[in-house]
Amino acid sequence: MGSTVKFVLDGEIIELKDVDPTRTVLQFLREDLRRTGTKEGCAEGDCGACTVVIAELNRDSDGVQLKAINSCIQFLPTLHGKQLITVESLQRKNAGPHPVQQAMVDCHGSQCGFCTPGFVMSLFALYKSNPRPSRTEIDDALAGNLCRCTGYRPIIAAANAMYELPPAASEPLHAATLAQLEVSDSLHIEHGARNFFAPTTREELAALLAKYPRATLLAGGTDVGLWVTKQHRVLDTVIYTARVAGLQQIAVSRTHIEIGAAVSLAAAMEAIVAHYPALDDLFRRFASPPIRNAGTLGGNIANGSPIGDSMPALMVAGTTLTLMSAAGEREIALEDFYLDYQVKDLKAGEFLAQIRIPLPEKNVVLHSHKLSKRFDQDISAVCSAYRLQLDAGRVASFAMACGGMAATIRRARHCEAALNGQPWTAASIDKAMLALAEDFAPISDMRSSAAYRLRAAQNMLRRFFLETSGELESSVYRYGR
Amino acid sequence: MGARAVGQALPHDSARLHVSGLAAYTDDLPEPRDLLHVAVGMSRCAHARIHGIDLTAVAVATGVVDTCVAAEIPGENNCGPIIHDEQILAADVAEYAGHALFAVAAETVDQARKAVRLARIDYEELEAILDPLQAVAKKSFVLPSETLRRGNPEGAIARAPHRLKRRLRLGGQDQFYLEGHIAMAIPQEDDGLLVYSSTQHPDEVQHLVAAATGRPVKNVVCICRRMGGAFGGKESQAATIACIAAIMATKTGRACKLRLDRDDDMIMTGKRHDFVIEYEVGFGDDGRIHGIDFMFASRCGISADLSGPVNDRTMFHCDNAYFLENINIVSHRCKTNTVSNTAFRGFGGPQGMHAIEYVIDDIARSLGLDPVQVRRRNFYGIGERNVTPYLQVVEDNIIGGIFDQLEHSASYVERRREIRDFNAASTVLKRGIAMTPVKFGISFTATHLNQAGALVHVYRDGTAHLNHGGTEMGQGLFIKVAQVAADELGVSVDKIRINASDTSKVPNASATAASSGSDMNGKAAQIACAKIRGRLTEFAARHFNVAESQIGFGDNRVAIGKTSLSFAELVQLAWLHRVQLWASGFYKTPKIHYDRSTFSGRPFFYYAYGGAVSEVVVDTLTGEYRVTRVDILHDCGDSLNPAMDIGQVEGGFIQGMGWLTSEELCWNAAGELTTHAPSTYKIPTCSDLPVDFRVQLLANAGNREDTIYRSKAVGEPPLMLALSVFHAIRDAIASPTRPLPELQAPATPEAVLRAIEGWAS
Repeated sequence: MGSTVKFVLDGEIIELKDVDPTRTVLQFLREDLRRTGTKEGCAEGDCGACTVVIAELNRDSDGVQLKAINSCIQFLPTLHGKQLITVESLQRKNAGPHPVQQAMVDCHGSQCGFCTPGFVMSLFALYKSNPRPSRTEIDDALAGNLCRCTGYRPIIAAANAMYELPPAASEPLHAATLAQLEVSDSLHIEHGARNFFAPTTREELAALLAKYPRATLLAGGTDVGLWVTKQHRVLDTVIYTARVAGLQQIAVSRTHIEIGAAVSLAAAMEAIVAHYPALDDLFRRFASPPIRNAGTLGGNIANGSPIGDSMPALMVAGTTLTLMSAAGEREIALEDFYLDYQVKDLKAGEFLAQIRIPLPEKNVVLHSHKLSKRFDQDISAVCSAYRLQLDAGRVASFAMACGGMAATIRRARHCEAALNGQPWTAASIDKAMLALAEDFAPISDMRSSAAYRLRAAQNMLRRFFLETSGELESSVYRYGR
Repeated sequence: MGARAVGQALPHDSARLHVSGLAAYTDDLPEPRDLLHVAVGMSRCAHARIHGIDLTAVAVATGVVDTCVAAEIPGENNCGPIIHDEQILAADVAEYAGHALFAVAAETVDQARKAVRLARIDYEELEAILDPLQAVAKKSFVLPSETLRRGNPEGAIARAPHRLKRRLRLGGQDQFYLEGHIAMAIPQEDDGLLVYSSTQHPDEVQHLVAAATGRPVKNVVCICRRMGGAFGGKESQAATIACIAAIMATKTGRACKLRLDRDDDMIMTGKRHDFVIEYEVGFGDDGRIHGIDFMFASRCGISADLSGPVNDRTMFHCDNAYFLENINIVSHRCKTNTVSNTAFRGFGGPQGMHAIEYVIDDIARSLGLDPVQVRRRNFYGIGERNVTPYLQVVEDNIIGGIFDQLEHSASYVERRREIRDFNAASTVLKRGIAMTPVKFGISFTATHLNQAGALVHVYRDGTAHLNHGGTEMGQGLFIKVAQVAADELGVSVDKIRINASDTSKVPNASATAASSGSDMNGKAAQIACAKIRGRLTEFAARHFNVAESQIGFGDNRVAIGKTSLSFAELVQLAWLHRVQLWASGFYKTPKIHYDRSTFSGRPFFYYAYGGAVSEVVVDTLTGEYRVTRVDILHDCGDSLNPAMDIGQVEGGFIQGMGWLTSEELCWNAAGELTTHAPSTYKIPTCSDLPVDFRVQLLANAGNREDTIYRSKAVGEPPLMLALSVFHAIRDAIASPTRPLPELQAPATPEAVLRAIEGWAS
């Protein structure tokens, strides 16, 4: 069991002992190293000024995999075994700018320049992962970066122009050094009275959780990070799940997609969309690439927020969860997991190990609509999902679940009952829309009023009907693209 | 004479530093070894008498070195920029949720922020006014209400063939600069204080810091090399932050830095004013306005701040580009128990223009006319129908020509027809199109602010050091002024060192605001450089015995009769002959004058113009929409730097679009702002940029006034081009059952669906 955090920065191996386990990567860069190119804009992973790139060795090939992440909410020990690449890494002393940087200069992509290092890093991740992105792919890659000055047009121009420039003399990737890191064992950092554990097996995790039932489980940190940066909470015991190999797997059986709880949202979505392509629209609007790279599907589910976007679709798909503890395993339906606002059927010492999503049956349509003020990187006012099976124009089975409409994400039972067995017609939908008002009594908040939530959820059901009956082929988001 | 720098699309002077992370913002500066970090304790109540602030637990918290409440401020407890009506730390009464009550200095940022939470405040809650209309009813104002009246509006409205009236709500907007407010104050020997501040107005920071810490102004220096965005939000607001840092530095004798967390920044600092607007208009069959009556009630918050001139500008811009002969404008500056609102790009102008554009759109829709026709019929004339309600004659009107050119280049007529056909066949998706004008007055309306200074040093190697009173917030002011200086000295831009704004170099400078930065500082730098060049010319003529007319500067050389020297050689020679090689320049904008008591005069040196055509597609089931195409034609005069100017046009447009669409400020019933972080306050992202975005600067535009190289100011005017997006949405959702939809701004999907289906909020 190691106690030293080891990672690569600019080709050097950095070894840190006795680190504060909830010190953020951004604090480490700016305050400890005085490496101030990376900026703090919001300290909650929503503006992208702090974007850095993490390189990890590919498990199944020689190369490295690059991910843009928000350094403001990543805890320092999560860098263990990885390479950290910052804006300073792109242009070493006596070398010219990286093509990404040069393109930003050539296209006038910076004005005040404060968001620019973050954009440069998101563009760098794009540059290394996509040889010729479309406008939509560029938009998607930059969805987590806010710019208040330029209006984005010159940044998009730079995203195209960077491929036309001569490649960099050397890229800041150090796979060989990364391979030298000896990080296969578990990590335990003691910092005063506080503890940080990074176990590597599920059994070890279960044992730790049995010993520390009140520990904070940390996965991607996209929520826990804010407990520290915004609520100033002191976390005494943190158990980090992302190094547990047994939580990292994606497997597809004859009947299910099985996703380990610590699989990133990005990887989980890719696996799900392969079988449920209709969910691509939802996942594209789900947070931003840095959040999807760091955050996990298990975290989204286990966090249990009433506005989590993955759960309505997974719920109607019939997803079950594997919960594990030192005492053993049990299986629970996702829809039974949420008991009340922020209350889950999760016993002390138990953790979410796996998400099991049934493969789609034939003739089943599964779809999800998300509604928010802004297209990208916004929390849903309403997120609805539907599973529909038709038999000769009649509804053989219909399931619907909504987020943002109640204290938990849950099924719309009255609405479902109004449609099951009925003809799939506009008249049936009218009745189902009325029934939906019996299912939910949403609240008003800064995202939307209660009236809008309900009305929009009803209208979205109508939209689903129009889409399935071929009367509506496009959405505003696809229009003209 | 050689290649000119002015007019070239040079990159931002810091572009290479921006992209490499080497551009230093205030928080990136090296920190003194004894630096303390400051955090601010805020009121949780919107309105309360403070019976006690118990900081016992705060004072003993880990790392805490000192605390401060109002009574401990060494100097004047004021940060009001015009009227001294705003305290730095609230003394007896907290007037909004977020009002600063005390400050803490600790060894680390984290310690200071944690310690703040340990305070025990004894509140006696008082009744709070949370809405402008509530304030009007209670006559709660930060400044007296104003009325501007010309002609006979009541008579004209009464006699007009058609009349309409309406009440509108128009939301505010957070500046959302990416770099939050920050200041670092460093004590210097002999009572000196050096303040690094992210500010548009170093002079005001210097003066207010001096007053707050009980120093003469001469002992305070304020420096700002660059801001990470500002947009008006760092015009007056930066002083509060700097004052708190300076007070703690004075109290502790140690360097102190205050960097606001994003949430605190959004809660504690002012925004664009939201408005309630009422209008009644009388108009003819042709859509021409006969008479109009406006009531504006704006949320000013707890103090006057800049609300006086902001609301004056609303009154000056509720004509936009239209001749309004019979008009009555009532402007209420409402005192509410919310944060004191302040400057934001457009400075009240956008709200006035939104009002009149809504009127025009209503008139057109009620008559079944194309709104573009109605706009044209109401435009100011040339040589007639050209007097504004504040009695300035519009001498430089080019809006008609801009509309002609834009209508053609954007194929407005054809597209409008095609959209009608599309909508007839489409039930759920509806498209809309709108073309709107911008006419924006350039100058500070307070005449005395229209002055600027510059300081230029030429060194013996022929390079030059440039200072002026302007600040750089990303708009490209520094490179533009450097281009001017380079041309005036006949050297290339790389010979000019651009320096931080510094009150010890150029004193008494106005805020970099009102779009006036390059107009005024460009002229001041030109004047300074011309003095140096004049001395060099005079010297060279004498020394080489040639006529002054035989001497020319350019391309880093000086032609002297038939020979030539490098600029550096001439400078060296001049130094040996004891010629002064530095100079200051001072500029004041000519022609302007204005009598606030009668709302008349010539407040604006000239107007900047522009036009935009926007097209949208709306989902009538959810109210969601996308902007699909935008065509812009904007007037920058003869651009000093087209790359910077296009950047201002595009960026201003998207920012204006955010104001009118996704950016919604919400307060709860207790008066707390609930949208105080990017997770809840949604500025546009990359994918909101229209796929088809065509931006042109008006060619050969010039400026009939003698501005710097006949350019025009560009900072604010393009923001209001985004009114076209709002009206395109309205165009898309207007239907036979609801021909005049009640669309409120911001037009969030909820607001759009409400307007489509006609239900109340």
